[in-house]
Amino acid sequence: MTPARKKRLSLILLMVVGVAVGVGFALNALNENIMFFFSPADIKAGKAPANKDFRVGGMVVEGTVKRPGDGLTVEFDLTDNDSVVTVKYTGILPDLFREGQGIIANGKLDADGEFIAQEVLAKHDENYMPPEVMEAMKKSGQPMPGMDKKGI
Amino acid sequence: MFKWFVTWFHRFGSPPHFYRLAGRWLPWLTTLFVVTVIAGLYGGLVLAPADYQQGESFRIIYVHVPAAWMSMFIYVVMAFCGIVILVWRMKMAEIVLSCSAPIGASFTFLALVTGSLWGKPMWGTYWVWDARLTSELILLFLYLGVIGLYGAIDDKRVAARAVAILSIVGVVNIPIIHFSVEWWNSLHQGPTVTKFDKPSIDIRMLIPLLLMALAFQIYYVIALFQAARAAILQRERNSRWVEELVKP
Amino acid sequence: MSVSEFFNMGGYAVFVWSSFGLTFVVLLLNWWLPFRQHKQYLAKLKRQEMIKSREEKQSHDASS
Repeated sequence: MTPARKKRLSLILLMVVGVAVGVGFALNALNENIMFFFSPADIKAGKAPANKDFRVGGMVVEGTVKRPGDGLTVEFDLTDNDSVVTVKYTGILPDLFREGQGIIANGKLDADGEFIAQEVLAKHDENYMPPEVMEAMKKSGQPMPGMDKKGI
Repeated sequence: MFKWFVTWFHRFGSPPHFYRLAGRWLPWLTTLFVVTVIAGLYGGLVLAPADYQQGESFRIIYVHVPAAWMSMFIYVVMAFCGIVILVWRMKMAEIVLSCSAPIGASFTFLALVTGSLWGKPMWGTYWVWDARLTSELILLFLYLGVIGLYGAIDDKRVAARAVAILSIVGVVNIPIIHFSVEWWNSLHQGPTVTKFDKPSIDIRMLIPLLLMALAFQIYYVIALFQAARAAILQRERNSRWVEELVKP
Repeated sequence: MSVSEFFNMGGYAVFVWSSFGLTFVVLLLNWWLPFRQHKQYLAKLKRQEMIKSREEKQSHDASS
């Protein structure tokens, strides 16, 4: 490589490193805002904003889904295997909503510490397999790959 | 091996050679693409079983994931061309960069729209501002920026240098897209195939996915060759070899 | 699996088929537009070349 080319190449690399460091600092500063949801443990620790809408994510606890009254209102517990928060929601649930499913609810905490949601979204994991394989895995008691990662 | 590579590089670096080679390869590549895409579609839509969680809707994966992979791959190719343009002032790299941008933008657009069509029935929403979706949208804007900037400058050699810088700077976004689902909480799922663990997808579902990814990769080469041939002809219209080519 | 079951996609037909359809259309356009552009440009250059060579011939005939 000629010296001129070498100089140009190192200038480019310097530019990329500079931009990467700048973006890295910016993202680090914005970390809180980029986090899409808080966990029930975050709420318990008081990290969630009060009197402001935020999202909470976790797994729907088996056997806690109740439909008091008209059937459109649902109530269920959400856990991250550490803390539990009760969620109340009136509206249409996504197809994937079921017990044991990871979900994300958007809303705010009321005075009793219950989460009043305006929107419920379902999160699916990164595992793809036919139902038979899933059944077989459950029966043999194999842990689900990747399920442990973030609770959901 | 290295010597062979250098010869190959130089041959592809010369516009008339590229023009002729691309013309000769195109029919073969097109045949290969058709075979791969038919195999991938048959495997994905017919042979692969439905997913335990998402049922039949998971089949959107066969266009969404390859499109998303290509959207990132093509940007990296453009950044590499950008370095070659700025350091070696190579004409062919200018053509490959400018011709790749619309193809990459299309794949990004497809990844976003098919993802949205997948999100509505599964997540319950077409769009959320989570890290993965937002960084992919930024990628679309980077592509549109490259296309716009290249079009706005009349002297194409100057234009190529400007978009080279934009491509190189924008490449910082690529690792952000990939790791966004690991660095931050997101609604989007984590990686299924592109991780160090073994892929967490049934083999009957994985093979069609890889076939579709291969088909999209071949498609990129076809679309690039097609666009590059047009661009070469336009740029070199006053050169000797084009005159020979169009002689009645 | 019956044909109607296949097209129904377990009730997700709208989402699945519009994804595949849109992908097909976008990829086709991306292939066809540069193909047509190249063809038209080549034809234009050939036409110009033909006119040029004819003019050259005429001027050559006139001068001789």
